[in-house]
Amino acid sequence: MSTAASDPRESSPVGPIEQSIRAKLTELLRPSQLEITNDSWQHRHHAPMRAAGGGNGETHFSVHVVSGQFQGKNTMQRHRMIYAALSDEFAAGLHALSLKTKAPTEVQPAAQT
Amino acid sequence: MFGTALRTSFTALRAPLRVPATALASPSLAFTRRYISQDARAKIQQAVSSTPVVLFMKGTPDAPQCGFSRAAVQVLDIHGVPAEKMKTFDVLADSELRQSIKEFSDWPTIPQLYVNGEFVGGCDILLSMHQSGELDDLLVKSGVIPPEEPESSNQTQN
Repeated sequence: MSTAASDPRESSPVGPIEQSIRAKLTELLRPSQLEITNDSWQHRHHAPMRAAGGGNGETHFSVHVVSGQFQGKNTMQRHRMIYAALSDEFAAGLHALSLKTKAPTEVQPAAQT
Repeated sequence: MFGTALRTSFTALRAPLRVPATALASPSLAFTRRYISQDARAKIQQAVSSTPVVLFMKGTPDAPQCGFSRAAVQVLDIHGVPAEKMKTFDVLADSELRQSIKEFSDWPTIPQLYVNGEFVGGCDILLSMHQSGELDDLLVKSGVIPPEEPESSNQTQN
């Protein structure tokens, strides 16, 4: 569960799936904060990724998003909104997302980072 | 949107565990779950209704094949979910289930947790409910585990 020591975005270029995730979530959620981290390298040896030849390098992402659209919705509903918006990406090889979904009122003013 | 329709339909299914299979074939469900066969849907409905806690995962609790499935098993273990109240299904051992469960739940990833026939969520939701205490509340309310807090109003012993 620990996060990578270095930000993979600094060393690897942003791929088409990540760009597409960002575009779709930005349009859907009008987020006040949206962080997308490509964690695919951590899952290269995971059985389904091996079956897919190691995956395409865009199979696993962490998404941290703050949006007013989440107000009044529970976590499952928030995740479903995102999954529904990204069905094309799932069909194109996206395998799993680690989601942190917050409404603006749930974010601590002194939140780290 | 399909998600909304499905969620509504699904909520209606949560309590009546003895719903006859024909009642599951409402037109809205047939439409939203268009990819999954009647037979597959009936089997999953039977599965999620058969035991209070049902986890669809990759691998088995003793040999999980994915870190997210492992985490889900560990969280349920921490909460002391008794073995007789829990059943896991290995989607890697059943390719039809692996596809149909995603349609059934309207959820694209594994693991997936059901409690008393109701979809709870995947790994992230399970972990955050564990941290917030909601998971414990849900498991107690669902009669899966006895109340833990001694100050809780009734001191039921199970």
